[in-house]
Amino acid sequence: MAVELKMPALSPTMEEGKLAKWLVKEGDVVKSGDILAEIETDKATMEFEAVDEGTIGKLVVAEGTEGVKVGTVIALIDGEEDEKPSTSSAPAPEAKPSEAAKEEAKAAAPAAPVEKPAAPAKAPEAAARNVATVTLREALRDAMAEEMRRDDRVFVIGEEVAEYQGAYKVTQGLLEEFGPKRVIDTPITEYGFAGIGTGAAMGGLRPIVEFMTFNFAMQAIDHIINSAAKTNYMSGGQMRCPIVFRGPNGAASRVGAQHSQNYGPWFAAVPGLIVIAPYDAADAKGLLKAAIRSEDPVVFLENELIYGRSFELAEDDDHIIPIGKARVVREGTDVTIVAYSITVGMALEAAELLAADGIEAEVIDLRTLRPLDRGAVLASLAKTNRLIVAEEGWPTCSIASEIVAICMEDGFDHLDAPVLRVCNEDVPMPYAANLEKAALINSARILAAARKVCNR
Amino acid sequence: MAKTTANSSATAPDPAPASDPGGEDLIQLRSLQLAHQAESRYQASDEELRHFYEQMVLIRRFEEKAGQLYGLGLIGGFCHLYIGQEAVAVGLQSALDPKLDSVITGYRDHGHMLAYGIDPKLIMAELTGRAAGISRGKGGSMHMFSVEHHFYGGHGIVGAQVSLGTGLAFGHKYREDGGVCLAYFGDGASNQGQVYESFNMASLWKLPIVYVIENNGYAMGTAVKRGSAETHFYRRGTAFRIPGLPVNGMDVLEVRQAANIAIDYVRAGNGPVLLELNTYRYRGHSMSDPAKYRTREEVQEMKDKHDPIDHAKAELLLRGVSEDEIKAIDKRLRGIVTEAADFADSSPEPDLAELSTDVLVENY
Repeated sequence: MAVELKMPALSPTMEEGKLAKWLVKEGDVVKSGDILAEIETDKATMEFEAVDEGTIGKLVVAEGTEGVKVGTVIALIDGEEDEKPSTSSAPAPEAKPSEAAKEEAKAAAPAAPVEKPAAPAKAPEAAARNVATVTLREALRDAMAEEMRRDDRVFVIGEEVAEYQGAYKVTQGLLEEFGPKRVIDTPITEYGFAGIGTGAAMGGLRPIVEFMTFNFAMQAIDHIINSAAKTNYMSGGQMRCPIVFRGPNGAASRVGAQHSQNYGPWFAAVPGLIVIAPYDAADAKGLLKAAIRSEDPVVFLENELIYGRSFELAEDDDHIIPIGKARVVREGTDVTIVAYSITVGMALEAAELLAADGIEAEVIDLRTLRPLDRGAVLASLAKTNRLIVAEEGWPTCSIASEIVAICMEDGFDHLDAPVLRVCNEDVPMPYAANLEKAALINSARILAAARKVCNR
Repeated sequence: MAKTTANSSATAPDPAPASDPGGEDLIQLRSLQLAHQAESRYQASDEELRHFYEQMVLIRRFEEKAGQLYGLGLIGGFCHLYIGQEAVAVGLQSALDPKLDSVITGYRDHGHMLAYGIDPKLIMAELTGRAAGISRGKGGSMHMFSVEHHFYGGHGIVGAQVSLGTGLAFGHKYREDGGVCLAYFGDGASNQGQVYESFNMASLWKLPIVYVIENNGYAMGTAVKRGSAETHFYRRGTAFRIPGLPVNGMDVLEVRQAANIAIDYVRAGNGPVLLELNTYRYRGHSMSDPAKYRTREEVQEMKDKHDPIDHAKAELLLRGVSEDEIKAIDKRLRGIVTEAADFADSSPEPDLAELSTDVLVENY
C-alpha cells in the first residue's frame, strides 16, 4: 500500500514552502533516515528525511515548485509487502511538532493570520512611483543595509545574525556585504550582549541589537531600562545612548506561554525609550531607518507572523518615517479602530465587513507606542465619536488601557459610547490549538466590539 | 530529523580538545603574575609619587567632607564613600592615556572621578543636587559622567558596568582607536551572571579591557567568604582564558605597576585582563550602614598598618620631602575641598523646567 508523503511544516509559522530539490528519483529504495528532498521554508532550506522504508513510487510535485501548501501530497512510497502500512501520512521529521503544526494549518485559525495582505495599505509615498512587492523581512533587512552603507558606526549584533543569516532570516545577506566586523554573532547571552551594545552606544557607536525574540530580552531588560533609557537624563544630557533593540514580539503560533507575549506596554511605560511597532513593509522600513538614525534608544517590535507577508513598496525607496506619528490607514466616519502591529491587518478586515453593514470604520495604526500620537487618536475620536482599541496582548495595563485613559482625559466630550478594549484573553498563552485560538484577538472580535459601540 | 543545510562554513567542533593542564595555557594565564612578581612596585619619580599622594589625599578629604555634608542633610539618598580604597583609583588611572582610554565604574564613583582630574566642585555640587553639578543635579552621587574625560559613569545596578564597559572596549576595537577600557566592579558584583557573559565575549573577541575587581572584603554586609565560593577573584577569569593578577590595593606603587603590566598586555591586542585589587573601605557600605558585620579592631588595624596615604607619606619623607612640604600640600587640598563644599552648598538647585528636559535627545 502506498504511503503519501506530504509537505511537512518545518517551522511553527510555515504554511507553504518551495520544493527546492528532490534527492531521490522514482524507483529508488529508501530507508528511514534517508534524505528525500530539500525544502525551502520562509526561514531556511531544510532537509526532509524518510521515516518509512519502501520504494519511491511517484514524485507528485516537481522540484522547483514554489508555494506548496503544507499537507499537500508530494510523493508516494510503496511500502514493503509484509510490513504493516504506516498510518502516519508523512515522514515528518521528528513528527510531533510538524504534525501539530499541520493540524493547526488545516484548522481555520485566525490565531495564525493568513499569510496574505489582508487589505494591503498602499504606502502613500509609493503612489507616484514604481511599486515593488516586498516581504516585511526584506524591508527590515533593506533598512538595516541602507543605514549600514550610510553610516559606518552602525552594526548588527545578536544570536545567529551573521553566519546563520538570522533565525528568522531578517539579517539575510548582511554578513556577506558588511563582513564579520559589523555583523556579529554572539553566544546565547542576552544580558551580556545587550549590555555590550548599550556600552558601545554610550561610547559613540550605533548598535542594532537583535533579540531572537523579545521573550529572551527579558534576560536583558535591565540594560534596556536602567542603562539605555535613563542615561541621557541621569547625565544631564551629556551621555547619549543611540541604540536599536529589535526582534519579533507578540504571539507567534503554537509556541506556548514563554514564547508568546507582547512586551509593547512594558517598554512603552518607560520614559527615555522610543517604542515602535510597525505593521506593513513601508512603515517597517521607514521607521527602522528613523530608529537607527535617532539619537535616542529605540525598542523596535516586529511580528513574526507578518515577516513573510508581502506589501507594496516604492522601488529604491529610502524614505524615513517620522517617529511618534500615527497613520490613518482607512478613513471612516462612524467608529475608530485604533490598532498597531498585527492587529492593523485584523482591523482592516473588520472594517471591510463593517462597511458591508453600512458602518464606516476609521482605522488608525499607532506605529509608535512611545511617544504615543495622542493628537491622532483624539482627532479621529472627535470625528467618529466612537472608539475601540485592537491589541494583540493582554488587556491589563495595556496600550489599550492607555488609549482609554487618553480618551477619558481629553476626549470625554466627544464620546458617544464607552471606549472598548479588544485584546487577548488575560491568561498565559495556552498551547492547545483550540485554546490558543480562544486566547487570541481576531477580526471577528474587533467586528463585534465595533458593532457594539455603534449599537448595531 | 530535519536540519538546516544552509549552515555555516565554520569548522566542525573538535570532539577531543587538547587538554593542557600544566602547559602553555597555564603559562599564559600566569604570565602577568610572573611579570608582576619579577618587579612588583612601580619606580615612581619623586614628582610622580608626590602627585599620587596629592590625589589620594584629595579623595580622602573630599569623601570626609561628603560624609559631613550628608550628616548635615545636604546630600541625600545613597552615598558610598571611597575612604581606604584611594590607592586603587589613583594607581590604575595614572597609567591610562586620558585621550584614548575609557573608564567605567559602579556607584562608588567619587574617587574614580577625582583620580581622573574632574573638577571637585562639579562632583560635590552633584552630590548636593545642584544645577551646577556634573549631571545638572539629575544624577546624584551614583550617576555621574564626563564624556569629555571618557568617564562613562556612575552605574547603580551592581554588575551592569561590566557589560557596559565591555561594550566600550568593543567600541575601541571597532574604531581601532588604540584605546583600552578600565572597568571597575566590586567583590559583590563579581557574583553577577552578566560578568561572566561579558568575560566570555571579551575573551572570545579579544576586546581591549582591563577588568578591575576592587575586593574590599564586603559585599555590603556580606563578607567575601560568606558569598563567594572562589575568594581569589583574580582566578575568576580562568575559565575564559583571561589572565589574572592579584594586587595589594593599599600600595599605590604596586597598583601602578600592575596597571602598567595589564594595560601593556591589553593594548597589544591580547584581549582582556582581570585584576584583583585587595583593598579595604574604612566607612560603611553607604552612609546608613552601621557596619556591625565587622569589628572595630579589624578596621583600626587596617587604618594603622595598611593605610595607603600613610604609606605614601612615609615614602615621601624617606625620599627627603619635608614635613612642612607635606603639611602645605594637605592644607592646599583641604582648601580645594572646602571651596568645593561651599560651592555645592551655595549654588542653586536646578530650575524646575529641568524636570522634563533630557528625557529624550530629539523631539518627536
